[in-house]
Amino acid sequence: MTRQKRSHHRLKRAVAPYLYLSPSLLIIGLLMLLPMVTVIGYSFQNSAVLRRDPTFAGLKHYQAIFADPVFWASLWHTLYFTCMSVVFHMTIGMVFALMLNSDRINPTLRNILRVLYILPWLFTAVIIAVIWRLLLEPNGVVNSVLMQMGIIGSKVEWFSSPATALHAVTFANIWAGYPLFMVSLLAGLQGIPRDFYEAADIDGAKAYQKLIFITIPQLMPIIISISLLDFIWTMQVFPLIWITTGGGPIYSTEVLSTYTYKLAFSSYNLSQASASAVVILLISLGLTLLYIRYQKAR
Amino acid sequence: MRKRHTPKDRLITVALHVALAAGLFFAAFPIYWMLSSSFKSNTEIFALPPTVLPKAFTLEAYAAILGDPVKLRFFFNSYFVAGAVTVLTVLIALLAAYGFSRFNFRGKGSLNTLIISTQTIPPITLLIPFFGLVVSYGIFDTYVALILTYLVFTLPYAILLMTGYLNTLPRDLDEAVAVDGGTSWTALWRVIVPISLPGIVATSVYTFLLCWNEFLFALTLTKSTSMRTVPIGIQLLMGQHAFEWNQMMAMSVLGSLPLLIIYLVAQRFFLAGMTAGSVK
Repeated sequence: MTRQKRSHHRLKRAVAPYLYLSPSLLIIGLLMLLPMVTVIGYSFQNSAVLRRDPTFAGLKHYQAIFADPVFWASLWHTLYFTCMSVVFHMTIGMVFALMLNSDRINPTLRNILRVLYILPWLFTAVIIAVIWRLLLEPNGVVNSVLMQMGIIGSKVEWFSSPATALHAVTFANIWAGYPLFMVSLLAGLQGIPRDFYEAADIDGAKAYQKLIFITIPQLMPIIISISLLDFIWTMQVFPLIWITTGGGPIYSTEVLSTYTYKLAFSSYNLSQASASAVVILLISLGLTLLYIRYQKAR
Repeated sequence: MRKRHTPKDRLITVALHVALAAGLFFAAFPIYWMLSSSFKSNTEIFALPPTVLPKAFTLEAYAAILGDPVKLRFFFNSYFVAGAVTVLTVLIALLAAYGFSRFNFRGKGSLNTLIISTQTIPPITLLIPFFGLVVSYGIFDTYVALILTYLVFTLPYAILLMTGYLNTLPRDLDEAVAVDGGTSWTALWRVIVPISLPGIVATSVYTFLLCWNEFLFALTLTKSTSMRTVPIGIQLLMGQHAFEWNQMMAMSVLGSLPLLIIYLVAQRFFLAGMTAGSVK
């Protein structure tokens, strides 16, 4: 190769990666980063989107949101819904993973159960919502069984009474989301070296000691990263709540996403909705930074 | 080694199997109930006491769904949008992943972090500016609006997934092409793509499922019944037919079929797609 040819080749090598990345960067830039800037802009305008020449509003919309008791209620419901979901996803996922990993069960049974335990994960949020509405109908199967067992005295309107609605949607979400933990922990369990347990057996360790001193510490990285991701994603849940309760009754299941959606597309207050959307974005970004830091530290 | 057949040991094994059965009931009963209700008549669904197996097995709910062109259109829309987004995502992500995997360049680390962090951007935050954009470009209530918005959500993870896969392929392969005087472009199509099929399948499965399940944007960016996708169709059914539960369940079963089939046929790719980002 002549020198000229070689430098031409090197130039191509230097430009090539940017060319390969350009379609992706174009899409992410134009359809993700730019809209994020836009929504921040909207939150400082009066009548954003609706008027061609919106006026500057300052922090008015943020003040309006922070003065709205429904916003604080939504924040609290989001927190309750998310924390309960993550804790139970993790617990159920862990218990199922440990049970499936036990050498006390026959391998064929294990494989069948593994497939069946993952099932809830395969269903779309809308379908999960519809299934739970059917199950928890006042005349539905859950009430009928609970009444026969004498646990409840009369029909409970799970999704339409303010006392139970939030717990009911949280329960449905717990059911729908544990398999992510289960699958990840099961993969993690299979990665723990067997000699750890053999060494513990020689020292005469009991089963629960092996769990606390070997299994859980070994799984910790998975537990932490999945919990963070699950927290971020659960916080943003929309369709499950929208279809089961729509945020009601009387705001009792209103979460940040339904609150924002209603502001934007029921009240057409897109400016205030943008302010609320920016608040959600900031919370997510904070958690994402935590997640990235954790991933890099590993 | 574990001592077997002591009474205590057998008790533990029995207890474990009881717990496994309880777990199975928890996981599978709601799905079983959906399936069995879809084969019942609407009156039988609320019969007291509830019937575990359909007493009068009927396909009337499925006939009602499959005989209605409006509902078939929901399915067509879902397949079409998910299919189009999957093809575009895989192509674009493959190029980006090739850039990430085979080249060193300035800004690589920060671009990678950017892509990881875009995965967690709340959809509701992007919804409002998208609505503004879609209306002002006159593409409200079109396939284009849905395809473009879905791309944004499928692309970041697809890039990570594909990059992870390409990193597992030895570099000697494409370097051999370079030695023969071929460009990196030739290497990509002649060498990399044919051996990347598992990665491409996993990425496609993930992308397809994400699109198939999407609700918020389909709800907001489309309006006419002929543009609605399956998730929205199910919601509409709930409002229109004053609780035809058997039809709703039949539509849910039909709407879950693609996922169930992909899961059963390509379990390995499915799980690879769903967990790769979180386990690594």
